[in-house]
Amino acid sequence: MKKLLAALSFSLSLSTTAFAADPDPANWPSVLEDAKGETVYWNAWGGADNINAYIAWAGGIIESRHGVKLVQVKLEDTATALAKVVAEKAAGKNEGGSVDLIWINGENFASMKSQGLLLSSPWAEKLPNWKYVDADGKPTVRTDFTIPVEGLEAPWGMAKLVFFHDSAKTKAEDLPKSAADLLAWAEKNPGRFSYPMPPDFIGTSFLKQVLSERVADKSKLLAPVKEEEFAAVSKPLFDYLDRLNPNLWRKGKAYPQNYPDMKRLMADGELDITFAFNPADGSAAIAAGELPDTVRSFIFPGGTLGNTHFVAIPYNANAKAGAMVLADFLMSPEAQAHKQDPKVWGDPTVLNLAALPAEDKAKFASLDLGIATLKPDQLGPALDEPHPSWMVRIETEWKRRYGAGN
Amino acid sequence: MQKEEPLFRIARLAPFMVILLLTVPVLAGLAGTILPAFSYLPALGGKAPSPQAFRAVFAEPNIARSMALSLWTGLASTLLSVLIAAGVLASGFGTAGWTRMVHLLSPILSVPHAAAAYGLMVLIMPSGFLARLISPEITGWQNPPDILIPGDPWGLTLIAGLVAKEVPFLLLLLIAAMGQIDAARSLQMTSALGYGRLAGFFHVLWPQLYRQVRFAVFAVLAFSATAVDVAVILGPNAPSTLSVQLVHWMNDPDLAMRFTASAGAMVQLGLVLLLFAFWLALEKSVTMVRRHFAKGGLRFLSDRIATGTFRFAGWLLALATLGGLALLAVWSVSGLWPFPDAMPASYTFKAWMRALPAISGPMATTFEIGFLSAAIATLLCVLCLASPLSGKAANRFVDASLALPLLVPQTAFLFGLQIAAIKTGLGYGLTALVLVHLVFVMPYVFLSLRPAWKSLDPRFALVAGALGKSRTQTLLRIELPMLIRPVLTAFAVGFAVSAGLYLPTLLIGAGRMPTITTEAVALAAGANRRTIGVYAFLQAAIPFAGFVLAFAVPAWLFRNRAGMRAA
Repeated sequence: MKKLLAALSFSLSLSTTAFAADPDPANWPSVLEDAKGETVYWNAWGGADNINAYIAWAGGIIESRHGVKLVQVKLEDTATALAKVVAEKAAGKNEGGSVDLIWINGENFASMKSQGLLLSSPWAEKLPNWKYVDADGKPTVRTDFTIPVEGLEAPWGMAKLVFFHDSAKTKAEDLPKSAADLLAWAEKNPGRFSYPMPPDFIGTSFLKQVLSERVADKSKLLAPVKEEEFAAVSKPLFDYLDRLNPNLWRKGKAYPQNYPDMKRLMADGELDITFAFNPADGSAAIAAGELPDTVRSFIFPGGTLGNTHFVAIPYNANAKAGAMVLADFLMSPEAQAHKQDPKVWGDPTVLNLAALPAEDKAKFASLDLGIATLKPDQLGPALDEPHPSWMVRIETEWKRRYGAGN
Repeated sequence: MQKEEPLFRIARLAPFMVILLLTVPVLAGLAGTILPAFSYLPALGGKAPSPQAFRAVFAEPNIARSMALSLWTGLASTLLSVLIAAGVLASGFGTAGWTRMVHLLSPILSVPHAAAAYGLMVLIMPSGFLARLISPEITGWQNPPDILIPGDPWGLTLIAGLVAKEVPFLLLLLIAAMGQIDAARSLQMTSALGYGRLAGFFHVLWPQLYRQVRFAVFAVLAFSATAVDVAVILGPNAPSTLSVQLVHWMNDPDLAMRFTASAGAMVQLGLVLLLFAFWLALEKSVTMVRRHFAKGGLRFLSDRIATGTFRFAGWLLALATLGGLALLAVWSVSGLWPFPDAMPASYTFKAWMRALPAISGPMATTFEIGFLSAAIATLLCVLCLASPLSGKAANRFVDASLALPLLVPQTAFLFGLQIAAIKTGLGYGLTALVLVHLVFVMPYVFLSLRPAWKSLDPRFALVAGALGKSRTQTLLRIELPMLIRPVLTAFAVGFAVSAGLYLPTLLIGAGRMPTITTEAVALAAGANRRTIGVYAFLQAAIPFAGFVLAFAVPAWLFRNRAGMRAA
């Protein structure tokens, strides 16, 4: 009897510690066990229905395989999820928070990491599917906008800035081959180009692309902004915008709200050149009947921005184990191959295809990337993302200068 | 003294419940916004009160423009709405097309702001349906013209979107008020005295009517100057209105912006008060003008152009809302639909197939919250109106607390309420959402039900009492059956209000309890227009179902009661 009681109290104390401590992905079976029955509130930008449908697909699979329910909290801006975690921390809610997983990178990751709002024990590189991630070939899976990831977020997809045009309306040989070309093109074709209004992620990315091409010393962008240098370093960008903006769609008095909005404007015949962070976006839009099948993609031969997008778990998440199960599934060859199909979404994989089992390799090989998608070797060099502080600083400066376009 | 019946002992509590349910959230929320506005929020490191946050608001680039834009769009849209609603009533009342127009009111009212705004947008934008209809044949446009709509710098599109929704609201209340005054005979008299339709209406009916809808006009003023969803879709974005700015600040990951957002909400409250003051002055001057004309004796007998214009404006607004909605329905089944094609090149149900599985959860939530909040509000409202306290001092408090959520801008108390909801542990749950929806649903249910209740002839109750019926029996068997139509309409109004609520659902539900409206506004920012069509269509269909029920249930109940048929 005594023995039994001792065993009981031991197991009780064990289970309470297991409850209080964060799940350890190195012990994967116990994570799966903890995750069973959990509901994961995944805060993810919800502005594109193909992506939402993909997320719903992933939710269906982890529910049937692991008993983890997935609810996508559709955000207009990832900052909203951060704000929620911040508000909960302010209210002293350090456990059972409302956000379990965030689709994130760059500025938001840097901000959460520095404020200690993320699950603090490195977990991402301990996930079972991490072994397929192309950490050597795709260095941005470990360095997010110059910030070391340190296992605090799990890579989900690769992004590369790619431009689109409608070959039925614009000839391929007239297309710009650099930011400087683009300015000349816009001056010749006023009102036919625009970019999403910063602080939209894609809009600010366009500004960073221009800055990266025109800045005198690229190394300045890889370090945090020095306020005393900002004006001088960013001058080429704002000189450029001073000339570009009056030639934009609506003369720069209004901007598309985000990149799907820009895509819609191309479909409506309002824009001739658009861009996205997903090389397969044109093909995906053709497949969805959103754009005519004459749309094609092009890049700047000198290079365009490239980065990785991730998922991260807040420090006070309610379903940490469930969130890990989901993050691991999202990195799996199965989920990654499905995601890369332009009929589904078309988002490029973070995995090293050479390292995959033959069966999974075949899945990727059989994908039809679509008529408007450039092959990986045609995508040109990837420019490094500047330090996130540049994004913040450029956004405020843009707002100050052009925020009252009217 | 008769012993008080149990039902009425409960009813006696109803006014206090109403006061509690309305004032506690609003005042607690206000406090929770005012304190951080003055930089006091120890949890975020703000320990000593200071005007720092207000300085931050006024240091924001283009803040003056945002503020001016809010003032201008709020004032202009309210003025226009009141003018058009009054004009349509004056020129339409009693004419041949009048009943048809009145029948259109409920469906138009039930279209949520966001769906109506989006419908208007796809109708009038340069690549919209109207431009496609005449392109390229008449205009020669192969590409849409580069014209700034929506989002024009003067906010005209935003004003149009607000007017299209506020005119039917005011019109419905005005028509209800017409029932309380001797409208038809007054008009006969003015016309016998040789006054034109509009002049007679303006001199005799308007002062009586305006007194009854005055509160609603102030509510429209407060709403128009602070609306978020309509401004996001139709308003300028460089810079946007103060209300849109506030939500951006509130969602900024930088903690310090919480203080700025709170201070901004207080600035917005100030703007609304400024508008109220201006409106009061405006009321005075309108009275003076009316007296001046009355003394002058001008009768404006031939006002056919003016009445024709108002009638045209009324139909135009109805057409814009319903036409926009129909257009969204077409978009929801369209394949590729490039400019300048007037109709889609192909049709597909892909958007519906894709949206339906995802939409069932938000639909269920919408129904759940809408049903609960509308049912509770209607019940409380009936109890209040039947309560022995009706007409006494408590009524003034009930009125004041009903006014509170409609006059205080949403942002001014929702920001504080969000933190309170987390602190009290009510968190993002259904209870918290129903409670916050009640704050907005209750005033509209009261607005809708009270006039009808008050106009019920009190002699029915007297007769029933004289025949020995208890007060409970009188209420349940005489008054409620006779009032079933307005009671159900009030419920439908409450349901529609709940289904259309955006900001409260977003902030208190934290996105974890998405409704069809939060989903629709999130999608409006950029998703496939076909998907938006699906959402907007359903968003409008849900509240409309409520109105259909409010119409069908009494028709069925009274199928054998000729005297109870709709007039």
